[in-house]
Amino acid sequence: MTATEPVLEQEGRTIYRRPALLSNPTSYCPGCGHGIVHRVLAEVLEELDLGAKTILVGSVGCSVFAYDFLALDSVESPHGRATAVATGVKRVRPDKVVLTYQGDGDLAAIGTAEIVHAAARGERFTVIFVNNGIYGMTGGQMAPTTLAGQKTTSSPRGRDVQTQGYPLPVTEMLSLLPGVQYVARVSVADPGHVGKTKQAIKRAFEVQLEGKGFSIVEVLSTCPVGWGLTPSESMERLRDVVMDAYPVGTFVDRDRGIAPALPQPGAAHRSITEGF
Amino acid sequence: MTILDRPAAARPAVAAAPPASARGAHHVPDRVLMKGNEAIAEAAVAAGCDAYFGYPITPQAELLEWMARRMPEEGRVFVQAESELAAINMALGASAAGARVLVSSSSPGISLMAEAMSYMAGSRLPVVLVNVMRGGPGLGSIGAAQGDYLQATKGHGHGDYRVPVLAPSSIAEAIDLVRDAFILAERYRTPVMLLADGILGQAMEPVAPTFKTLEKGRPDWILDGAAGRAPRVLKSLHLRPEDLEEHNLALQAVYAQIEKTEQRWAGEELDGSEVVLVAYGTAARVARTAVERLRDGGIRAGLFRPITLWPFPAQALRDAAKGARAVMTVEMSAGQMVEDVRLAIEGAVPVSHHGRMGGMVPSPDGVVDAVRLVLAESKEAGR
Repeated sequence: MTATEPVLEQEGRTIYRRPALLSNPTSYCPGCGHGIVHRVLAEVLEELDLGAKTILVGSVGCSVFAYDFLALDSVESPHGRATAVATGVKRVRPDKVVLTYQGDGDLAAIGTAEIVHAAARGERFTVIFVNNGIYGMTGGQMAPTTLAGQKTTSSPRGRDVQTQGYPLPVTEMLSLLPGVQYVARVSVADPGHVGKTKQAIKRAFEVQLEGKGFSIVEVLSTCPVGWGLTPSESMERLRDVVMDAYPVGTFVDRDRGIAPALPQPGAAHRSITEGF
Repeated sequence: MTILDRPAAARPAVAAAPPASARGAHHVPDRVLMKGNEAIAEAAVAAGCDAYFGYPITPQAELLEWMARRMPEEGRVFVQAESELAAINMALGASAAGARVLVSSSSPGISLMAEAMSYMAGSRLPVVLVNVMRGGPGLGSIGAAQGDYLQATKGHGHGDYRVPVLAPSSIAEAIDLVRDAFILAERYRTPVMLLADGILGQAMEPVAPTFKTLEKGRPDWILDGAAGRAPRVLKSLHLRPEDLEEHNLALQAVYAQIEKTEQRWAGEELDGSEVVLVAYGTAARVARTAVERLRDGGIRAGLFRPITLWPFPAQALRDAAKGARAVMTVEMSAGQMVEDVRLAIEGAVPVSHHGRMGGMVPSPDGVVDAVRLVLAESKEAGR
């Protein structure tokens, strides 16, 4: 170190660096959670040194342009079909890391069959499921995940469960399937939860690298425009209302002994046949 | 490879044993009997198909079953999907990742695949899709039909795109066309459809037991992780109208090239014929018999058989019909290809249609009667 170097360079240390995988500034609305999730995802892929062996399967919705913001090999999929597309990618390139990035309209409505069967087959890829309880891109219509009573442009009097059904807890449903290796629900409501989101996404990719089965991280997120709230009000609603309806936590991590407290399919049959 | 290189258990049933004099430890028969669905599947295996995705539907289920056994034997990918929607989207992903992919279904399942076919055309992703046509509309019947001609050649999914459509009329020809379909799909980066029907799928015919292989390159657009290069994006979305128009113009240039260079047809007894029958697939087999009977009866009939339904061999048909008094399509439909035939003939010769629907097959004598009627009417009209 020489005396001619500026003081700042001598004493400075990097405390904030944009991950190289975040290739462009995002075009999401102020207060939208997608930007946070993109960043966390980019950080995790970079820390695991996976950027050059990852294939992103896009979806339809506000995150349709994810491939513009994440410097990854990417393929588009029709609305809801991302997990079928990812099945095709991963089956022919099992040595690559494959992920889908889907919203709740995409995954929990039109893509219900695809997500259930990809999970049931135990496909060895990772699903990042961003749930903001609304169809954001098309103007804030009701989604299967919209909370009871929540007003949207297609439930103007609030979601009436008698005629419009109950919110769909996709992540809990998937937790029951034996092929599912890792399931977590996290949130971007505050820095503490963002940190847990990063841990969960990292764990999901580790599970994929181990080749053991399907992994999914549901990230509870915001839609200030669709919700008719300011960015900070949206984060408060996310923390106080949404996280109450959709509890966060690790639902399945089979390697670590975390599995739903329900009899697993086939368990009864096994215990009988093993007795003979 | 040949189908007989495989373990005995995996061999197709050889219904007719070769003559005793020709039998030996390493004897390969000249011909084996194969079911159309199985021959199409094995042709794809031989042509280096890396991945197959399907869903059970009659009358193509044997194709799925053949692949269920053969693809794992070869260390390749087989997935029975939860729906035709999922199957074609798995194909989309596998194709994007650089695999040579086959998907098969029958009419109702093909309708479900229309969405992803449009995406694959827009994203320039090759795939070969086999449609073993059955009767429609709706659930229709499981009998052989040709009611999907317009769907296959004019539309299928949404948007301005075209898909080359190959129509075999025998099982031996289907075997060759499967390989050709892969060649076209990869040459032009486009989905290609093989349009068969329930009879071609279900019938057994003798075929040569040696199937052709196909070399595979490593294209510069596939997704394999962006190591040491810029990331690639395969997509059909272009939100700016200027960009989408440019993308569409590029697609149209590809289609223009296909139309220019890939038209295929076969002609029989066309020289000096006074009536030209136009038919493809199983209907062409019926039309061929009708041509023989018409010629036996003193009527100079010929058969024009399009092999590419798109691009439609319009100029060749126009040339073939020069000097004819009548052109008639024979179809297992209400008359769908007849629209392309009329466009090709441009009013130069009267064009009519003879067909049956719903899984019914026209009889050669029915065709003969229809031709006699048309010629009589033509005479009355002074043509």
